[in-house]
Amino acid sequence: MIPAAAQPISVTRALTRSLLPVAVGLGLGLGLGQVVPTGTYAEKILFDIGINIILAVSLNLVNGFTGQFSMGHAGFMALGAYASIVVTYYGGFALFGDVGCHLNAQGYGLYFTSLVVGGLVAAAAGYLVGLPSLRLRGDYLAIVTLGFGEIIRVVLQVSYAVVEPEEMATVDWWERPLHLGKSLGFVHQGAYNSLSWTYAAVVLTLLCAYRLRESTHGRAFLSVRENEIAAEAVGIDTTRYKVNAFVLAAFFAGVAGALFGHQLGTGTAARPEEFNFMKSFEAIIMVVLGGMGSISGAALAAVTLTLLTELLRSVQDYRMVSYALLLILVMILRPEGLFGTRELWHFLRRRRP
Amino acid sequence: MSLLEVDALDVHYGAIHALHKVSLAVEEGEIVTLIGSNGAGKSTTLRALSGMVQSSGGTIVYGGRSIVGLRSDEIVRLGLAHAPEGRGIFGSLTVRENLELGAFSRRDGKVRSDLERMFERFPILQERAQQSAGTLSGGEQQMLAVARALMARPKLLLLDEPSLGLAPKIVQKIFAIVAEINRDGVTILLVEQNAHLALSVAHRAYVLETGEVKMAGSASELAASDEVRKAYLGVG
Ligand SMILES: Nc1ncnc2c1ncn2[C@@H]1O[C@H](COP(=O)(O)OP(=O)(O)OP(=O)(O)O)[C@@H](O)[C@H]1O
Ligand SMILES: [Mg+2]
Repeated sequence: MIPAAAQPISVTRALTRSLLPVAVGLGLGLGLGQVVPTGTYAEKILFDIGINIILAVSLNLVNGFTGQFSMGHAGFMALGAYASIVVTYYGGFALFGDVGCHLNAQGYGLYFTSLVVGGLVAAAAGYLVGLPSLRLRGDYLAIVTLGFGEIIRVVLQVSYAVVEPEEMATVDWWERPLHLGKSLGFVHQGAYNSLSWTYAAVVLTLLCAYRLRESTHGRAFLSVRENEIAAEAVGIDTTRYKVNAFVLAAFFAGVAGALFGHQLGTGTAARPEEFNFMKSFEAIIMVVLGGMGSISGAALAAVTLTLLTELLRSVQDYRMVSYALLLILVMILRPEGLFGTRELWHFLRRRRP
Repeated sequence: MSLLEVDALDVHYGAIHALHKVSLAVEEGEIVTLIGSNGAGKSTTLRALSGMVQSSGGTIVYGGRSIVGLRSDEIVRLGLAHAPEGRGIFGSLTVRENLELGAFSRRDGKVRSDLERMFERFPILQERAQQSAGTLSGGEQQMLAVARALMARPKLLLLDEPSLGLAPKIVQKIFAIVAEINRDGVTILLVEQNAHLALSVAHRAYVLETGEVKMAGSASELAASDEVRKAYLGVG
């Protein structure tokens, strides 16, 4: 049955509907940071899980929603990480006159700005990489993105040593962003991140992805994957949508990288090696495992695989072997992924009589 | 002036010269059919009109303006919708989502009422509204493809082989719907393998052979001509 007309929903209800999930989600995210003590193993695991959720859910926008195949997600993450560090380290020096971690309103304002900058730089790179290659068919994008990720990593390796505060005067400000710590990585930046920041970003990423999925634009993404010719026939500018998905995914990967770059003290640091092809590959596995197009599937796969990685740490050499086997098994037994395009709650709903 | 005027249209796929100086016209309110054997260039003609392939020569004037070089999404917005060959539904989306996507290019608020009208016309689609479109039968998918193209509220609808692979009874039904849509004011350019049916529903027809227009005329004229009867109607 079709409702006779769209029920006019009241403004308060509409507001509750759109703001409530944000408020509750953010509350939970921020709360997590308060509950889990810093410097613990639990914090490290939860941090890894959070970052991987953002990576998987954002990559899902490209590989799942629009059916493209991007293999360079780690490259965008790297760009986000380094761009945001440039903001907090070199920008922080310009602002505060030192490079310490300022845990006050100004410092957090700077950090928030750096997260946005990290996302935007990655998104801009996504646009530059995506625009030419998305005009071509699938395989080209895979190859181009793979190359892109490696180029970023190599370029970071040949950057200059980090400028220490006392040397700042000897290096022009516009040259400083080239001083990114070579292959040793950047370890001098302020440890601004915490689980609260991480999970606030996780919640926002999930909500954005979900809202997108439910919108006309989200449908347009899916239609590109389902049947590109038919999508064009109904008037969807398929190239534009593919580029948009790509840019959006790059943005979130950039934010994940920015968070990663400021999570110190749990064994992470912005080293070029952190953003190698394995990182991109892991994100791809999460999307394939969770289901191409399923947001909760990608998130759940991120949680599962992160935990699995921890459990397999003692046999680390075989980790990639087991990943590959897992991937092959999924391809054979359930090629659409565990969830397909459906969401967790679709399964729960069906169980009800 | 005709709603659609095509003059000396040329299309190449790489080295393949698929259309040679094809000229045709469609008047407002008509059903015009393109018939011809496999590979004659019928689908290519429709693709060129809807901007899915670029022409390499000639002019296409629709509603008084040239649409050569426009992207397909721009052309849809001008009221020229294309239901491509092979149905091309969005399999993992629901029937309703498919229909809503048909109205993607529209910005007016009447999508919902059009959706209801479409459900009235195709009751089976209403029954299957929440089902993923990939689970529909072939005939149902074809109805969905037609209904989805209609959701764009086209002035001119390009239909590519709506009867492909369907049982005779369903084919009859789809053609009845085509005639009905036309009576409601939608101009139709129909590509059909089944020349007999196509000529029975159309006002005028063009015969395409290896990328060239071989004959043109009113549907009844062509249906009576010996050449067409021999080559396409399997008579004589
Ligand atoms: N994408 C393509 N690339 C190369 N050649 C193509 C392409 N599409 C069609 N052709 C060629 O162009 C010619 C016309 O094809 P078209 O699809 O227009 O024929 P048709 O009349 O629709 O045939 P059918 O009745 O079999 O659908 C054929 O020789 C075909 O092989
Ligand atoms: Mg054809």
